[in-house]
Amino acid sequence: MSAQKKAANLDEYLKAPSLFGFGIGRIMTIVLMVLLFILPLIAWYMGNKFYLDFSSRIVCLAIAAVSLNLILGFGGMVSFGHAAFVGIGAYAVGIPSHHGYESAWLHFPLAMIAAAFFALVTGAISLRTKGVYFIMITMAFAQMAYYFFLSLEEYGGDDGMTLWSRSDFGFLNITDKLTFFLLSYALLALCIYLVFRIVNSRFGMVVRGCNSNEARMKSLGYNTYAYRLTAYVISGAMCGLAGALMANLQDFITADTMTWTRSGELMFMVILGGAGSVFGPIFGTGVFLLFEEILSAYTIYWHLPFGVLLILSVLFIKGGVNGLIQRAWKT
Amino acid sequence: MTEMLLQVKGLKKSFGGVIATDDVALDVRLNEVHAIIGPNGAGKTTLISQLFGEQLPDAGSVFFKGKDITKLPIYKRADIGLARSFQVTSVFLDFSVLDNVALAVQAHSGHSFKFWKPASTEIQLRGDAMQALVQVGLDERASSKASELSHGERRQLEIAMALATDPVFLLLDEPMAGMGIEESAFMVGLLKGLKKGRAILLVEHDMNAVFELADRISVLVYGRIIATGTPDEIRENAQVREAYLGEA
Repeated sequence: MSAQKKAANLDEYLKAPSLFGFGIGRIMTIVLMVLLFILPLIAWYMGNKFYLDFSSRIVCLAIAAVSLNLILGFGGMVSFGHAAFVGIGAYAVGIPSHHGYESAWLHFPLAMIAAAFFALVTGAISLRTKGVYFIMITMAFAQMAYYFFLSLEEYGGDDGMTLWSRSDFGFLNITDKLTFFLLSYALLALCIYLVFRIVNSRFGMVVRGCNSNEARMKSLGYNTYAYRLTAYVISGAMCGLAGALMANLQDFITADTMTWTRSGELMFMVILGGAGSVFGPIFGTGVFLLFEEILSAYTIYWHLPFGVLLILSVLFIKGGVNGLIQRAWKT
Repeated sequence: MTEMLLQVKGLKKSFGGVIATDDVALDVRLNEVHAIIGPNGAGKTTLISQLFGEQLPDAGSVFFKGKDITKLPIYKRADIGLARSFQVTSVFLDFSVLDNVALAVQAHSGHSFKFWKPASTEIQLRGDAMQALVQVGLDERASSKASELSHGERRQLEIAMALATDPVFLLLDEPMAGMGIEESAFMVGLLKGLKKGRAILLVEHDMNAVFELADRISVLVYGRIIATGTPDEIRENAQVREAYLGEA
């Protein structure tokens, strides 16, 4: 075959990826994002503040899940300590507030920088291990952070600390529940878009390659450690943002947000929805919080049916709910 | 005298009481295929893993273009022009064929701390990758997932990925493993075209392929190189016939 013909053929291999994927995946994701926007607005219009707040909670935690998805879903790094970043982000709001610094322009960057720094230090050590060891060491670091904040009497210790006024954005008043929801939603959308750009960029291809076959990546000439650590830091920063939002949503900050069970819940959200997809973490977060809300009204053992669900989904549906629907659509 | 690219001196490696590499000296020159043959358990895999830094030797050194690279990290070896294919096919199964090769190209075209532009729209990456696929005759399958390829096609993909980094020294670890007669013949033809401007170290069990491709052959038995020479010399070597080809 001639070189000219090859060159002409190249165009079909130069396609840009699509944000919401293709086919059924695209429809599902768009429907989900629209529902997550419209339903809270309806609730607000009907005067139901509870469901507006509940939706804000889904949106904030979805940011954490999206950040975890970046390293777990695409990078294959099973971090069992992601709740630590949420907690650090929350304290980055609470501690300055406690001292009278209430500007959001301080809180939010601080939350991201502090979480990124924690990710850099712990990631630098954790990423030298693999598999189960990585899971255990990330969990251990998160527990260390948990006990550290628990021991800070000045900032409430194990009683937690109340946030007397929400972060001050100047022109935005996020004490207003609707404004808060809209801000959170916009940030979630931004994070989804960022992750989408990242995973399809050169950097993202490298991180995904490391997930698929790290030994091969090394022999191709990649310093896999540096790339994986960078991804870990980006994920940590994004999760810190989720923490800053959570603190403002709850008007209360406690070290309990950093326990390993919280990290487990985040993993659950990502895996149930479908790791490595746009749809997965958002759907997983929504379902998790809905179940929590509904089941906990009936029984204090609401985690039990949840555990069964998780086992079933890991054993029988590859790729979570996202994978299930994709396959059902194809057949 | 042609340029000596890779040189191995006094390489030793043992695992407990088992000596896997016993005082091995070896060199590979530009524009040649140097084959290593030997019965199973002769220590071929251990030897090449030391050449590529996957295992450190107990003693001895590996030189590339005159520089000592014995302890150079794996990922830096690719930068100076070493590439390898693996005995057990090692590709990115959940990526498309083209993405596999593009990832190999990307490793050698600047750094990859670029977070915004989709890699799949970079003309240079895709173009070079396509070229490597054309070279190994796999361009028709560019859009297929690597997991959908046949065994033989995956071996071709391995070669394409090694070629995509434009290496000076190419290590091929049993490229014919598990291939049918036709596939092997195709691979031999493919490899023949690769040695110009390069040095190739070939580890292979398929003797027809080895004697057809190699300029020189080294015979490894129990971790020792018992003979090195042209295919004709090896064929006539009494020691080799006794130890390896099983003739008295």
